[in-house]
Amino acid sequence: MDMNTIEAVVPTTDPAQWRDGDAWLAGGTVLFSYGSYAFGPQPLKRLLDLGDAGWTPITVTDDGIELAATCTIAQLYGLPVSPAAAGRSMPGLDLVRACCDSFVASFKVWNMSTVGGNLCTSLPAGPIISLCAGLDGVATVLAPGGASRTIPVAEFVTGDAKNCLAPGELLRSVRLPASALTARVAFRRLSLSNLGRSGVLLIGRLDGDASVTLTVTAATRRPVQLRFEGVPDTDRLAAALDDAIPAELYHDDIHGLPAWRRDMTYRLAEEIRTELAAPAGAHGFPVSGDFWPPRAGAAPAPGATTFSKGA
Amino acid sequence: MAIEINGTAAATGPRPGQCLRKFLREQGNTGVKKGCDGGDCGACTVHVDGTPVHSCIYPAIRAEGHAVTTIEGLAAAAGSRDGQLHPVQQQFMERQGFQCGFCTAGMVMTAATFDDEQRENLPRNLKGNLCRCTGYRAIADAVCGAAGHPDPAGQGSGIAGEGQPDPEPARLGDDVPAPASRAVVTGAARYTLDVPRDQQQALLHLKILRSPHAHARVVSIDKAAALKVPGVVAVFTHEDAPEQLFSTAQHELFTDDPDDTRVLDDVARFIGQRVAAVVAESVAAAEAGVRALQAEYAELPAVFSPQEALLPGAPLVHGDKDAFAARISGPERNVVAELHSELGSVADGFAAADFIHEQTYETQRVQHVALETHAAIASVDAEGRLQVRTSSQVPFLVRRTLCRVFGLPEDKVHVVAGRVGGGFGGKQEVLTEDLVALAALKLERPVQLELTRTEQFTATTTRHPFTIKLKAGASKEGLLTALQLDVVTNTGAYGNHGPGVMFHGCGESLAVYNCANKKVDAHSVYTNTVPAGAFRGYGLSQMIFAIESAMDELAAGIGMDPLEFRRRNMVREGDHMLSTQPDPEEDVHYGSYGLDQCLDLVRDALDRGKARYREAGLDDLGPDWMVGEGAALSMIDTVPPRGHFAHSRLRLLPDGTYQADVGTAEFGNGTTTVHAQLAATALSTEASRVAVRQSDTDLVEHDTGAFGSAGTVVAGKATLAAAEELAVRIRAFAAGIRQTQASACVLDGDAVVVDGSPVALADLAQAAADAGVELAAEGRWGGTPRSVAFNVHGFRVAVNRGTGELKILQSVQAADAGVVVNPRQCRGQIEGGIAQALGATLYEEVVVDDAGRVTTDILRQYHIPTFADVPRSEVYFADTNDKLGPLGAKSMSESPFNPVAPALANAIRNATGVRFASLPIARDRIYLGLKGAGLVPGLEHVPA
Repeated sequence: MDMNTIEAVVPTTDPAQWRDGDAWLAGGTVLFSYGSYAFGPQPLKRLLDLGDAGWTPITVTDDGIELAATCTIAQLYGLPVSPAAAGRSMPGLDLVRACCDSFVASFKVWNMSTVGGNLCTSLPAGPIISLCAGLDGVATVLAPGGASRTIPVAEFVTGDAKNCLAPGELLRSVRLPASALTARVAFRRLSLSNLGRSGVLLIGRLDGDASVTLTVTAATRRPVQLRFEGVPDTDRLAAALDDAIPAELYHDDIHGLPAWRRDMTYRLAEEIRTELAAPAGAHGFPVSGDFWPPRAGAAPAPGATTFSKGA
Repeated sequence: MAIEINGTAAATGPRPGQCLRKFLREQGNTGVKKGCDGGDCGACTVHVDGTPVHSCIYPAIRAEGHAVTTIEGLAAAAGSRDGQLHPVQQQFMERQGFQCGFCTAGMVMTAATFDDEQRENLPRNLKGNLCRCTGYRAIADAVCGAAGHPDPAGQGSGIAGEGQPDPEPARLGDDVPAPASRAVVTGAARYTLDVPRDQQQALLHLKILRSPHAHARVVSIDKAAALKVPGVVAVFTHEDAPEQLFSTAQHELFTDDPDDTRVLDDVARFIGQRVAAVVAESVAAAEAGVRALQAEYAELPAVFSPQEALLPGAPLVHGDKDAFAARISGPERNVVAELHSELGSVADGFAAADFIHEQTYETQRVQHVALETHAAIASVDAEGRLQVRTSSQVPFLVRRTLCRVFGLPEDKVHVVAGRVGGGFGGKQEVLTEDLVALAALKLERPVQLELTRTEQFTATTTRHPFTIKLKAGASKEGLLTALQLDVVTNTGAYGNHGPGVMFHGCGESLAVYNCANKKVDAHSVYTNTVPAGAFRGYGLSQMIFAIESAMDELAAGIGMDPLEFRRRNMVREGDHMLSTQPDPEEDVHYGSYGLDQCLDLVRDALDRGKARYREAGLDDLGPDWMVGEGAALSMIDTVPPRGHFAHSRLRLLPDGTYQADVGTAEFGNGTTTVHAQLAATALSTEASRVAVRQSDTDLVEHDTGAFGSAGTVVAGKATLAAAEELAVRIRAFAAGIRQTQASACVLDGDAVVVDGSPVALADLAQAAADAGVELAAEGRWGGTPRSVAFNVHGFRVAVNRGTGELKILQSVQAADAGVVVNPRQCRGQIEGGIAQALGATLYEEVVVDDAGRVTTDILRQYHIPTFADVPRSEVYFADTNDKLGPLGAKSMSESPFNPVAPALANAIRNATGVRFASLPIARDRIYLGLKGAGLVPGLEHVPA
């Protein structure tokens, strides 16, 4: 929608330029979706435009992958099949498309929306938050005066639409370490509607057969990470969830009742535990629900019986 | 750097915070539509350098130096030669992949970018394009180029059955395409705000200050700061508004609804009610003016649930009203209307029962989500006549209401509707027209009001939530012995449609069953929440959810097949249809009866479906899935009660084609096509030779409007009468000039065959003009007597006991629509009704919090069915021929919605044993219901 209170669009990447009433403009898909009045008690007056930032969207090295905040979701979606990723053994990249397809937003929106935008919007169901937290991503944040700091993505988001950015701070990039990208990963997700907004999204990672990291998103107001030496048994996993997620941390909105989100968290966590406890490849890369990827030969697709008749 | 639009550089640049959608429309590309303005619906899809984007969330400045293609330029950009369509446009036209057409430009622009792989996965790739009308089947066929007309022998083809008359090409029974098809697929169809660029630039814009309080008296509104905002022209408050109370609901008789509403009131009764209007030279200035208004309120106690509102001492929503003058049943009790009746004795009926079912059923608030939001433009012309262009199902009633509120004679008000981008009952209200009329009359300048999607959710209307305490008994022989209902409906802050929805809800839902003992106590209750209004089904879907759920419970209780139980109790042709009156409605008749056929069609289809799964080896889905099937039936009177009037004019044009002027509105319901077909049938010509003009109060005398499924059976009957009369006149005139008998003159296409030799109609028209004779005729219909139509829906479902996921394995609907005038279009109405009902059954809910505030105020918080959510349904038609409808046709636009929710609930009950008595039946609630019933395995490690 029109942001009628915007008086100027200022191309800059300098946090020193920021003042009250400003917002950083990356893809614009969130700002223009919610409008001028949704981002504070006073309407926004200026957009600080990152459109000409010129940041390399994706940099792949032996140390890992750096995603610029301005990397679009469409660019990220292309990563697993890009020349940059070719020839590298990075099973963690299996998560990229699963997470992108967890967006309720259409692929058309991905042409504009960005990695940084999803992190900074900080919704519980933000799938790039799930991806980056699940892969132990570390965010680099620029502050006025040339200062910068780093923070794990799992800690960057602090609540429903809340994050650790101070006014004027700018998310520059997220670095995904090679150690996580080379690990075996597992992905589970549920939504109240087909291809709808995530109500529960869990990512598991087995690092070198030695430790398991479980990242809970969507079900909870902020990401919750559990780390285990070795693959835990069912009891240990459940006990760790009990400790890590108090009842009030389960998210409550139209996209899922907290009681359902909680039980699904336990259920999907156990599925992930089972998958990672089995030998590599035993489970392929399964996902819960009827979401992703579309699989032939599983349960019959709704209405397929008439579709095939050419009706 | 200029923005290039369809190959031409734009002369001006965008404003700093402007979105690309708005910029493109300002440049004259009105094919770019606003459905949500938030990136969710895709109606605004355009290409930037060939890449599809949602232009409403695309910063316009980002398009500088780039090439934008809109629907208007798609064909040329793809290299199509002059006048030729892009292949995807062609397919949408040929397969009729639209109804109202408001989403079509976005659909086409999206699908035009697809490769084969993307076409293989439409659930994913079309989930960013919402359609509220079609249910997506026709869209899939259009995108993939599948056969637009199914094989008649195919499963659920939607082809009329054997007993239906043979289709006459371009006339009765043929799949005639909508006359507006080409305009729709090219973005040229003009919806409400699609006015030419020079007219756009002359407009003032109106924005609304809305109440932040659920109940408050407006103490004062300081306009000073607002009037100082550059561009602000005027501010209107209750001090400027007429004293006349009215209802936003529109009916033939305004006395059907309470007079409880003012254009601007000094009491706010819900959060979101309009308090003041700011008119300015631009939307931005009007918004700034609204922010600058200083309103002081005195808060009043508020009540949010109808149950609390009925308690003694509850805050009164309309306690200031006089019951008699305002036609409110009990303003001192918050009751806008009530109904108490008992036929026979339910006490005796329960005493005779072998099984009694008692349950409270609840239905939720749902929103129409027509893709085009409410919008209107008003101006005063040089003759001092008020001109209103609005998105309305009822332009003639809008005129009446404006005349009543502003004290104007009818000839001083002209109301037109362009093509309307979806209605579903939501546009059977006056929600914008009164404000723009007020402003235009005061300012004598054109004024536009366009509601945002959030305003639609928070401040228009919803379906009435019902709480239904049901008690029903059955004998072990399978007879319904008693049916008792205590019904409370929540009409919100205003009583628009409150009485009608309550009475209608308690009508056909009960009357479809023979039962000697029926008791109803119903109250329509005010609360300080967003008003409820008219919505497809008009109370029936809520009541049918309860009653049809109960029929399955009774059948289960006595151990009988649920469809067999229905067969033993449903009305048969000739039975009195009784609900709350001891005598049947005197003007409702069995013009035809196909309920028995519908039940058999659904039963047989479900059996075939089960066999198909078995034969394919897919009947065992594993231990996590529980499978079941269920069905529900519904009946509807084909016309609303107490008169529904239509007037049509037909005339022969100089070129030998016909012009039909009708009153009823086109909002995707397809009546334009049907009227052309009915006229063509009577005139022995092709539908394409009949040009229909509509929804303009200057064209015909009166039309009650496009609601109550009246577009075909009332207005169509008027058009048919006019066409039959015109045929007689043409033949008589031809006989006169050829000195022969009228019986020797036969109409045939573009000619009259006189004694075997054709006379071109164009020549005849010339001869008539020379003779000073006008070959024209009029037709009228008053909507009575009425018939009954039936729908039966069946589902096979699988429910996951571990997650609550629901899969629809098969969806079948059988409809008794009489003679089907246009099978493809009627099938589309049914598919669209099913899809809309699935949303209301599975996830849609307008949530109002404890303070009375709507929290689901954007489409991401109010999920309507996407392509991924809607199964392909099998559609069957009964073989009936109605004695009362035009050429045997019956209504079929609201009713397909009605049996869907209970059919699904019954299928889930059959699969799981758990009765879900509240809507929506979302996956989380299914899971928690199964858990409560002890059906979820493996919970040892989950905290209690």
